[in-house]
Amino acid sequence: MKEQALSRRSLITGAAAAGAGVLLGNLPLGAEERAAQTAAPPPTAPADPTKVPGAPTTAVGERSPFVTPKRAPVGEITGTSFTPIQDLTGVITPSDLHFTRIHAGVPTIDPAKHTLLIHGMVDRPLEFTLADLKRFPATTRMAFIECAGNGRAAYRSPRPNMTPQQVDGMMSNSEWTGVMLSTLFNEVGVQRGARYFLAEGGDACLMARTVPVSKGRDDAMVVWAQNGEPIRPEQGFPIRLLLPGYEGNMNVKWLRRIKLGAEPFMTRWETSKYTDPLPNDRIRMFSWEMDAKSIITSPAYPEKLEGHGYRPITGLAWSGRGRISRVEVSTNGGRSWANAELLTPQAPKAAVRFQYMWDWQGDESLIMSRAVDDGGYVQPSFSQLEAVRGPGTDYHFNAIRAWKIAKDGTVTFEANT
Amino acid sequence: MMRALGGVRSVVAAAVLSIVAGCRLDSRADSLGDDNLKHFGLGHTPSAATLAAEDIDVLPSGVGLPAGSGTPEEGAKIYAASCASCHGANGEGIAPYPQLIGGPKGRFDFATDYKIPRTIGNYWPYATSLYDYIRRAMPLTAPGSLSADETYAVSAYLLSREGLIPSGTRLDAKGLAAIEMPARKHFVMDDRRAGSGGRRVR
Repeated sequence: MKEQALSRRSLITGAAAAGAGVLLGNLPLGAEERAAQTAAPPPTAPADPTKVPGAPTTAVGERSPFVTPKRAPVGEITGTSFTPIQDLTGVITPSDLHFTRIHAGVPTIDPAKHTLLIHGMVDRPLEFTLADLKRFPATTRMAFIECAGNGRAAYRSPRPNMTPQQVDGMMSNSEWTGVMLSTLFNEVGVQRGARYFLAEGGDACLMARTVPVSKGRDDAMVVWAQNGEPIRPEQGFPIRLLLPGYEGNMNVKWLRRIKLGAEPFMTRWETSKYTDPLPNDRIRMFSWEMDAKSIITSPAYPEKLEGHGYRPITGLAWSGRGRISRVEVSTNGGRSWANAELLTPQAPKAAVRFQYMWDWQGDESLIMSRAVDDGGYVQPSFSQLEAVRGPGTDYHFNAIRAWKIAKDGTVTFEANT
Repeated sequence: MMRALGGVRSVVAAAVLSIVAGCRLDSRADSLGDDNLKHFGLGHTPSAATLAAEDIDVLPSGVGLPAGSGTPEEGAKIYAASCASCHGANGEGIAPYPQLIGGPKGRFDFATDYKIPRTIGNYWPYATSLYDYIRRAMPLTAPGSLSADETYAVSAYLLSREGLIPSGTRLDAKGLAAIEMPARKHFVMDDRRAGSGGRRVR
């Protein structure tokens, strides 16, 4: 909250210093201002809904007034808004709750004017309108997108009262529809020797990342639809790059240009950011694939277990390298593990929902989940990860997560176990 | 199959085979693969003007940098007017906007402590990225508003504050690409297993 207030103030100061006070009217509201504007009275329902006619049909449906999932924090133009993963079921993230990481605000783009230029080391540079792209054969698939920085706050500044949203809410999972990038590569004729391409977004920082051409030939897509409708503005409307399994930042939103080249472009977002310091004065770059990870979303803070007996331990698991082959759950701090049931199909580079029925008898317990992917990779413990990466590293943080259950049923986040 | 034949004979055999099969094995010698994919003939050829306007990326070799130049002294004025409100009068950063300069020199043990400031002088492997980023994104409230000369000047100011170029230097495309950044030799490519990943945690 303090940070948000500060950032807005600094923006105001910046704008004033630049003599550009006119911009202020367009700045997003801070979290507190927004909350004040949207504060609504608590919902009410008729004593007997079967005795009064209900509401009429509407153009666009809304959630029950009793259900109010929210992304948080909000009001930043360079920041992140996390998905409330503890409020969701199955594996589809409702599009309006997909996490958002933006670097210069969400641009407003007229789809009729938006084009995708593909040029550089190609035989035929081409510019495609949205209508052109939709005339290619379409592909639909499930894929998660996870920010490379997901889990950072829970590592650097953990608190027992962190929710799943605050711990790992920069991961969302959707059905995406678009054209395979390999189809577009074929259309332009990618030249021999082109090993990388630059993907550039149409936001106010022209966000740009280097991607290997091999990924473009494999499963990369240019997508225009998410969960059955056009992509939402904060997810890249009208088109975004989808690189299944790669760190979120590379899935460039508002995609406007692809340039084929022989060498990496070395943009700021792949050099001074999104890189991993390692022991012995090394810094790892181009760590694109998101390794297997999971988190229990219930029970989790701020839930409180009421009554002993069976209840499901449920959560999400995903791997940027392939399919989740199994998820294991421990209720004794990792001393023993049992296989959880997978409730959804094991699609490659997509989230699965797991469930483990737990008979809680009131003991203090530490519950954990551990994902295993089809490459045999086992989600590491915190100490394993810290030993190989060093305590200063925080991107691509995929250590096992734990929740502590107190005798009275109180659940708290147990960091870095 | 071709590999099994081996040698000169395989070339002849392949040529014969391709003629027999009624197709050319390497019909698009200037393109890789995908010969079986259909061409849809969609999209249109961009104008030379569009290509020139869009082609703004910069490579570490300096390819893509525009003409122009600037000095640290010129850059100091631009920095004070357009950058200091977010990044601080001395580039120290005002949260959430990052610190730009003043990180410890000659220290690269970032993995030991995340609080070690990562700045241009100790964490940016290429000076060209600095120009590219400023041109794309800065200043936050008016991206794209700096001229090429101004962008060189701000880059020169930050690089000189980090002790990477002497004051008074007139920085241009050639000079920027020639700067050897201290962090460069510390960067390594992803050393985790590619593809399926394997079992090892790295």
